[in-house]
Formats: sequence, C-alpha cells, structure tokens
Amino acid sequence: MASQYKTSAANRIWRTTANHLASGLAILSTILVIAPLVAIFIYLLYKGASSLNLAFFTQIPKPVGENGGGMANAIVGSGILLIISSLLGVPIGIAAGIFLAEFGRGTRLANMVRFTADVLNGVPSIVMGIAVYSLIVLPQKHFSALAGGVALGIMMIPTITRTTEEMLLMVPNAVREAALGLGVPNWRSVLSITLRTASPGVITGCMLAFARIAGETAPLIFTVLGNQFWSVNLDQPIAALPLQIYVYAISPYDEWHRLAWAGALVLIVLIVVSVSLVRYVTTRGVLKGAS
Amino acid sequence: MGVGIEVKSLNAWYGSNHTLQDINLHIPANQATALIGPSGCGKSTFVRCLNRMHETNPIGKVTGTVRMGDTDVYGDASPVEIRRRVGMVFQRPNPFPTMSIYDNVASGLRLNGFRNRRVLDEVVERSLISAALWDEVKADLKKKSGASLSGGQQQRLCIARALAVDPEVLLMDEPASALDPVSTAKIEDLIFQLKSQYTIVIVTHNMQQAARVAERTGFFLNGKLVEFDSTHKIFTNPGDKRTEDYITGRFG
Repeated sequence: MASQYKTSAANRIWRTTANHLASGLAILSTILVIAPLVAIFIYLLYKGASSLNLAFFTQIPKPVGENGGGMANAIVGSGILLIISSLLGVPIGIAAGIFLAEFGRGTRLANMVRFTADVLNGVPSIVMGIAVYSLIVLPQKHFSALAGGVALGIMMIPTITRTTEEMLLMVPNAVREAALGLGVPNWRSVLSITLRTASPGVITGCMLAFARIAGETAPLIFTVLGNQFWSVNLDQPIAALPLQIYVYAISPYDEWHRLAWAGALVLIVLIVVSVSLVRYVTTRGVLKGAS
Repeated sequence: MGVGIEVKSLNAWYGSNHTLQDINLHIPANQATALIGPSGCGKSTFVRCLNRMHETNPIGKVTGTVRMGDTDVYGDASPVEIRRRVGMVFQRPNPFPTMSIYDNVASGLRLNGFRNRRVLDEVVERSLISAALWDEVKADLKKKSGASLSGGQQQRLCIARALAVDPEVLLMDEPASALDPVSTAKIEDLIFQLKSQYTIVIVTHNMQQAARVAERTGFFLNGKLVEFDSTHKIFTNPGDKRTEDYITGRFG
C-alpha cells in the first residue's frame, strides 16, 4: 500500500505534464475568448479610423452625392436614448431584484417575476421593438425617441433584476442580522447595508445590460425610426448610431460604407469608455481592506 | 443603566421543532448571566428571543412573555424599538464590510437618522474606548474597512457598534468562540468592565469562561432550562444530576 504514495520518477513526470496541460488549456481558452474582440476592434480600426475626423463628430449626414458629413446627431441621439433607457431600466431592474432577494423570497409572486424576467431575457430584440411599436408608437401615431428609450429600457430590466437578486443573495446573512440587531428597520437595512454590500456586483449587472442595449438596432427601427437631421426632441424621431450604421451599411455608396465603419468604431469606443468611467467612479471610494 | 429581564413560560419553535420548552427565569440587572449547555440545546434561540431576532426567521415562532424593565418585549413596542434597547454581539464577527471603522460604529445611530457630526465623533470615540479598541484603530478610523481588522479586533468593533446605540442589555452569543486565547481574554476583561453599566447575557461553550465572567449561570439541555443559580453554586454544588454530568465533562 505504502508504495502507492511514494514519488517515483514516472509519477513525477506525469504530474508535471498534467499540470502543464491544464494551464495550457486554460491559457488557450482565454486567448479564444479575447481573440474575437481584438479581431473586431482591429478590423474596425483598419476600416473606420481613416474616416474619422473632426467633421464626423460635428456635422450631420450630407445628402447623397456630397462627400464628407458626420454622425454628430446620431452620437447625441444614442446618448439621449441610453440615458432614457437607463433612467427607466436601472431603478426598476434593481427594485425588482431587491424584491426577489429580500422581500418576496419563496412567494408565488416572486417566482412569477423571476420566471417572467428569464423569459423576457430571451425575447428577440425585434419582438421588443414590435411590442413597443404597438403600445406607444401606434396610439401616438408617430415615432419618437421616448418610444425607443422605453423599448431599450425594458430590455435592460431582466438582466439587471437577475444579477441584483443573485448579488444580494451572496451577501452573508450575518450582515443582515448585524443591521437588524442594531434596531435598524428592515427597509433601511436592505437599502443601506445589503444593497451597498452587493453594489459592485449590481453595478456590473447594470453595465452588462447597458452595453447590450447600446448596440441594439432592431428595436429602434420600430420605435425611433432614425433622423437625418438635428433633433433632440424626445417626442420626435431621433438619430441613433446603430440605425445610422445600418442605413449606411446597406447603401450602395462607398463613402457611406466608410462612414458606417467609422460609426461602428465610435459606438464600440463609446461603450468601452462609459463602462470604464462608471467602474472608475464607483470604485474610487473603496476603503483599504474592504472585501 | 441596565435593566433586569423577566422571562415567563417562553416557548419557541423552528418550524415543527420545539426548540425552547417552558423557560422561566429572571436575569438580574447590571450583572453578567451565562448560559451553558451542549450544541443545539436552545441557548442561542433563547437569547434571540430576548431581542425578537428569532422571529426574523420565517419559520421561527415564539409564545410566552418577556419583560425588560417595565417593557413587555412582545407587547405594543415594535421589534425595531426593542432591538435598539438590546445590543447583540454574534458568534462570528460581522462588521459591515463596505464601511470604515468609524462608519461601522456610527452605523446604528446613522441608520436611524442621527446626523450630528460632533456628537457622532464623541459616541464613536467613547464606544471604541469602552470596547478597548480605540488605541489600536484611532490612526485609521476612516481610512480602513472594518473587515481589514483581525478577528479579535473585528469582534471588539462589533461590541463597540452595539454599545454606540446605548443599549440597556447586551446579548452575546458565543462572542469568543471564533477567537484565539489572547483575544478571548480581552473580550472577557471587557465583559467584566461593561457589566457595571449594562445587563449582560452571554452564551458560551466554554465553562471556564462562564465561571470567570458571570454571577449567574443557567444550564440548558434539549430545549429546557435544567438549572439556574449563582455561578458558584452551579460549578461547585449543582442541584441537578444532569448539570453535574455536563460540567464534569461526562457528556456534551
């Protein structure tokens, strides 16, 4: 029996090989995950960077046949849409997540909400566009930025709700008991202690949802329509980067194709910048040794 | 000042499990009372009934009366009010992980809407001094997270946090069982000093600890209070055969 545990040379070699094999596999998988992102980014830079100039950020699209022009209205329009959708999606999503994890645990309503959120997560984005089209655009009889913001906001909710719930459930019960034991009312303890302890994870969930909807095109076709001119009126059709990219990409003009590449590049950079910015701002106040 | 606690025919359940059966006892004011007994005998459940924490568990249920001074604990007062008057220290140190040392101690007052900075500063300092932690942490009160302290320091931080809301009773549920002997000795010294101002109820697995810190000791077994008397009597001349068996190490 004892010989089994003795380190023979063959045993040692096998163990080292297995170890290298496992780390090799892990490294290979990491590369496979990163490769598509890097490839897309390089390709976008290659195709789009040459069309980026000051005019791209300051001018609105030129009519067919004229060279130049930019996507200033689409960049601003996307910003407005993302603000509306975040204002709608983040509070509702977090509040629903709090309900699932803290107040509704085990109730039938909570199970229904959870199931609905999971199904909603799987609904194709174009279906969301059609739904908002018939709920808001048809009764109003015109397309609007508001309708687009609502469609995107609804798409944010399930992701935020489910991540908020999971992050809250990871907060140890001892932390909740500590707050209750101090004579803190339950609602206060949930908001100031449990949610705050879970906030890094909750913010990650919000950022995931944000990044997902920032590039959505399909729901916008049915709701905001797009706009070739300046407009910041929430009740009117508005330009948006994904829509502008779509229109330019399927057009027959080379100039427009180049602008579409540049637009895609700008969209990705904007997403990366806003996600990093939120991360930076929210982790600035973290104390030494906080877990 | 501390107040006495009068418990009459207290029963508690977890689901269908009858964890406390007909408990009657009087916990005197400004003394330390120790509760001993084997694991699962109901002593933790008992202290959780004193500040109505037991009912925060969805399957927990309580009957009977608990009087704290003139207050009926299970009467008109809300559980939140009761818990403000009864501090609790748990078995595992549980500082709020995202808060600084200062914010941890101030949390009880702040979360109840108290905002006066000057008074908060005073309360935090006084509580940390009472918990014998001030000298070790005063340099980085607002810089370090409560979770960055050592286990023993974290437990004293939790005691300071409980003291900051100025309770009348301090419940301690095995406060030293996760700590090393040096930290345990510090906590015991602390209990000795604190009992002049607070009524202390301490649950412990460590019988020497009960003998060292408590005036009175209760022995729990299988959800019943077997014997409750002065610590000296319990450890030298117990009235019940089961108490004697337990303290002499014949079971448990």
